[in-house]
Amino acid sequence: MSAQTDPLYPGMTLEAADRDSHDAAEPVIFGFWIFLMSDLLLFAVLFATYAAMSTHGQADAPGPRELFELGSIFIETMLLLGSTFTFGMASLAMKYDQGAGAVVFWMVVTGLLGAGFLGFEISDFYQFAVIEGAPPQASGFLSSFYALVATHGLHVASALVWMVVMFVQIAVFGLSREVKLRIMRLALFWHMLDVVWVGIFTFVFLFGVVQ
Amino acid sequence: MSDWYWIFGNLKWNSLVFFHAFESPSASEEIAAGAALMVILGGLWLVWLLTVKGWWRPLWRDWLTSPDHKKIGIMYVVVALVMLARAVAEAVVMRLQQAVAVNDPGFLSADHFGQLFSTHGTIMIFFMAMPFLTGVINYVMPQQIGARDVSFPVMNAVSLALTTAGAVLVMVSLVFGQFETGGWTAYPPYTGIRFSPGEGVDYWIWAVSLSSIGTTLSGINFAVTIYKERAPGMTLMRMPLFTWTTLCTAILMIFAMIPLTAATAMLALDRYAGFHFFTTDKGGDMMNYANLFWLFGHPEVYILILPAFGVFSEVIPVFSGKRLYGYTSLVWATMAIAVLSFTVWLHHFFTMGQSANLNAVFGFATMTIGVPTGVKVYDWMLTMYRGRLRFTTAMLFSVMFLVTFVVGGITGVMLANPTVDFATHNTLFLVAHFHNMLIPGLLFGMIAAMQFWFPKAFGFRLDERWGKISFWCWSIGFYVAFMPLYALGLMGAMRRSFEWYQPEFLPYLVVAAGGALLILCGLIALFVQLWVSVKHRDQLRVPAGDPWDAHSLEWMSAAPAPEWNFAVIPEVHGREAFLEAKRDGTAYLPPERYEDIHLPAHSAMAPLIGVGALALGFGLTWHIWWMVAAGFIGIWAVVIARSFVTDTGHVIPADVVQREHERWLELVRNTPAVDRGVEQQSENLGHAEAVI
Repeated sequence: MSAQTDPLYPGMTLEAADRDSHDAAEPVIFGFWIFLMSDLLLFAVLFATYAAMSTHGQADAPGPRELFELGSIFIETMLLLGSTFTFGMASLAMKYDQGAGAVVFWMVVTGLLGAGFLGFEISDFYQFAVIEGAPPQASGFLSSFYALVATHGLHVASALVWMVVMFVQIAVFGLSREVKLRIMRLALFWHMLDVVWVGIFTFVFLFGVVQ
Repeated sequence: MSDWYWIFGNLKWNSLVFFHAFESPSASEEIAAGAALMVILGGLWLVWLLTVKGWWRPLWRDWLTSPDHKKIGIMYVVVALVMLARAVAEAVVMRLQQAVAVNDPGFLSADHFGQLFSTHGTIMIFFMAMPFLTGVINYVMPQQIGARDVSFPVMNAVSLALTTAGAVLVMVSLVFGQFETGGWTAYPPYTGIRFSPGEGVDYWIWAVSLSSIGTTLSGINFAVTIYKERAPGMTLMRMPLFTWTTLCTAILMIFAMIPLTAATAMLALDRYAGFHFFTTDKGGDMMNYANLFWLFGHPEVYILILPAFGVFSEVIPVFSGKRLYGYTSLVWATMAIAVLSFTVWLHHFFTMGQSANLNAVFGFATMTIGVPTGVKVYDWMLTMYRGRLRFTTAMLFSVMFLVTFVVGGITGVMLANPTVDFATHNTLFLVAHFHNMLIPGLLFGMIAAMQFWFPKAFGFRLDERWGKISFWCWSIGFYVAFMPLYALGLMGAMRRSFEWYQPEFLPYLVVAAGGALLILCGLIALFVQLWVSVKHRDQLRVPAGDPWDAHSLEWMSAAPAPEWNFAVIPEVHGREAFLEAKRDGTAYLPPERYEDIHLPAHSAMAPLIGVGALALGFGLTWHIWWMVAAGFIGIWAVVIARSFVTDTGHVIPADVVQREHERWLELVRNTPAVDRGVEQQSENLGHAEAVI
C-alpha cells in the first residue's frame, strides 16, 4: 500500500524494522522539528547580533583578525563533522535493528568526539580570554562572539547530558519505543548543532581571519 | 556586601516595602505598602480558604497536576483575571496622579510612578493578555478541531507553570524591593547596571524571560496540535476561524518570542557579567536592543489581536443567526497580517536615527496592514447584514470592538507616516492609539470569549444583566479615558509624565481619570457577574451543551465537556461542522461502537518546574546563588526523572464512555429545543432549535 511506504515525517524513519514506532513518531518528530526551527532562530538572532557588533563594536579590544587561529578551529570542525557521521551510524544501526550494542557503540564514539570538541573550545576560550586578554567584558564584539559560540557550546554540552541519560535509559528499558524516539530527536538536535557550527566556522572564523 | 550575603544575597530587611513606609512615611510609600499588604493578605486569604474548605488535595490532584487542556485553559484565564485586576488598579492610580499633578507634585513619587507604568505595561502584555488568550485557545481550539487534547499535554502544563512563575515574580516585587522604572520595553542603556543598579530591572528580565519561554512552548504545542490532531475530514480550509487565528498566533509565537528571550538574556549578561551588548561604552549598541525587542514586539501585537479576531469570527455569526461571511478572505487576511507583522518593527523607533528612506519603507509596510484588517472588518459587518441579531453581552462587546477598533486603526495609519510620528511620538497620542487597539482588539475579544464559552466550560451561562452593566462601563469608560489623551498628545503632553506645568491640560486629565474609574467599575461588574452567576447557576444551567445555537464542533458535547471531549472522534464534512450536523439530524446520534480512550496521566512535573522556575527567577533577581543552583538543578532533575516514567497515560474503558455519552444523548432528547427568543431565559437548557 502506498500510504504505508510514504514517510510520514522528514528525516530518518523507523519504518523498515519497527512499523509501530514509526507511526508513533509522527507528532513527536514533527514537534521536534518545530522546536529546532525556533532554536535555529535563536542562533539567527545571535548571528545577526554578531554581524552588527563585529563591525562596529570592537572598541579598542582585539578584533577577529588579531584573535582567531584556524588551527584549533579546524580540529574542532573535524571532530564535530566526524561526530555527525558517527551519530548517523548509530541511527542506521537503530533503523535496521542491529541491536542496542551497535547503537551504543556509535553513540559513545559520538559522545567522545563531542567532548573532544568541547575540550578544544574551552581551551580556545581560555587562550582568548586569559592569555590574549580578550574576555567578553572587553568589547561589544567580544560579548557577541562569546555569546554566539558559547551558546553553541552549551547546546553541545546539554546534548552530551542528554546522551548520558539515553545510555542509562537503554540500560534500563532496552531499545524501547520511547527510547528510540528520544534517540531520533537527539540525532536531529546533534545534526542541527553541526549545521550551526558550519555557519560559525564560516561566518565567524573564516570571515574573521580574512577581514 | 553583608555577612548574610551567601544566604540572602542582596535581600535585606529594608528591601521590604513596609520598611520605607515606616522610615519615611509619605502617601507614595503608603500606597506601595498598602499594595504589598494586599498581596500578602490575598495570599493568606487563599491559604485560609483552601485549608478551611479542604481544597488543597483537589487543587493538587484535579488541577495543578492535570494535563487536561480544558483545565489548563481555565487556570490560565484565572491568572489573567487576577493580573488584570492589579494592572487596572495601577492604571487608576496613575490617572489620578496625573489629574492632580498639574503644577503640583501630586501624591506619588516620580520613582513610584515609574514603577507603576512599568508594571502596568509588563503585566497587561505578558501576564494578562498572553495568559488570557493562551487560556482561551487552550480551552477552545482542541475541541474545535475534534481532538482529545493538545499534542503535548504535559508540556502544556509546563507552559502554564512557567508563565505563572513569572506572574508570581511580578507580584513578589510588590513586597520585596522595587520594580524597574524603564517601562515595559526596558530600553537600555537606562536599564543597564550603570543607570539602574538594584533589583528592579532583574525582576523584569526574569519574569519576562519565564513568560516568553512558556509562550514559545505553547506556540509549538498549538501549531503541532492543529497540523496533526484534526478530526478526519477537517481540512485546513474547513477549520473554524478561531482555529485559523490560533494557527497564525502559534506561528508568530514560535518566531517572535525568541528575539525577546535573546534580548533579555543579553541585557542580563550586561548587568550580571559586565558584557557590552547595550552599554554606552566599549562598542555596546542599544539599537541592537531596540531592533531585537521590536522584532518580537511587533509580531506580539498580532499575537495579541489575532485570537480576538478569531473570537469575533465565532461570536458574530452565531449571534447574527448567519454563517460567517467571506471565510476564505478572512483566512487569507489572517495569514497576510501574520506575515506582514514581521515587516514593520522599525515603526516603533522612527525617530531613532535611520535614514528617511528606510523610515518611508517601513511606513508603507505599516499602512499595508490596514488592508487585510479592513477586509476583516467588512467581512464581520457583512456577516451581520440582514441577520437576526441578538445583542448578548458577547455580541455587544464584538460590535463595540468593530466601531472602536476602526478609530484606533485610523490613528495607527496616521502614526505610520514617519513625518506625523516625529511630531507625536512619545506623546499621549501614542498611548491613546495603542490602548485604542488593544482594549477593543484584545480585551473586548477576551471578555466576549469568556461570555461566549463560559457555559461550555462550566455548564451555566453568565448573568446577562451584570454583563451588560460591565459592557457599558467598559465601553463608555474607554472613550472617556482615552479620547482626551489623543487631544492631550496633540497638545504636546508627553507620556510617562508624573507632573505637569500646563494648566490647560487639567480638564482633559480630569475627564480621563473619570474614564479610568468607569473602567474600574466595568472590571468590578465583571467580577460581580461571575459571583452572581455562580450563585444563580441553577437558573442559568445549560447541560445539553448548545446554549447559543452555535456552529463549531466544541459545542457538540455536554456542558461541561467530559474529560475526553468526544465519545468518538467526529467526522467532518464541511465548514461549520456542528451546524451541518444539526441540520442533517446527525448531531445527537449514538455512534456505531465505542472504543477505549487513552488520555495522558496526571503529572507533578509541571508544578514542580513552576516552583523551580520561581526559585530561579527570585534567586537571580536577588543574587541568592544557592537558590539559583537549587532551582536550575531542580528543574532539570524533574525533567530527567520524568523521562523515566513509563506509565504516562490512563485508559477510559469503552463502557464508561458509552454510559456517559448515552446519558448526555438522553438528556438532549429530554430537553425541549428552544427558540432564540428565549435564549436569555431559564428555559434555555442548551438545546437549540435550528433557525438557519
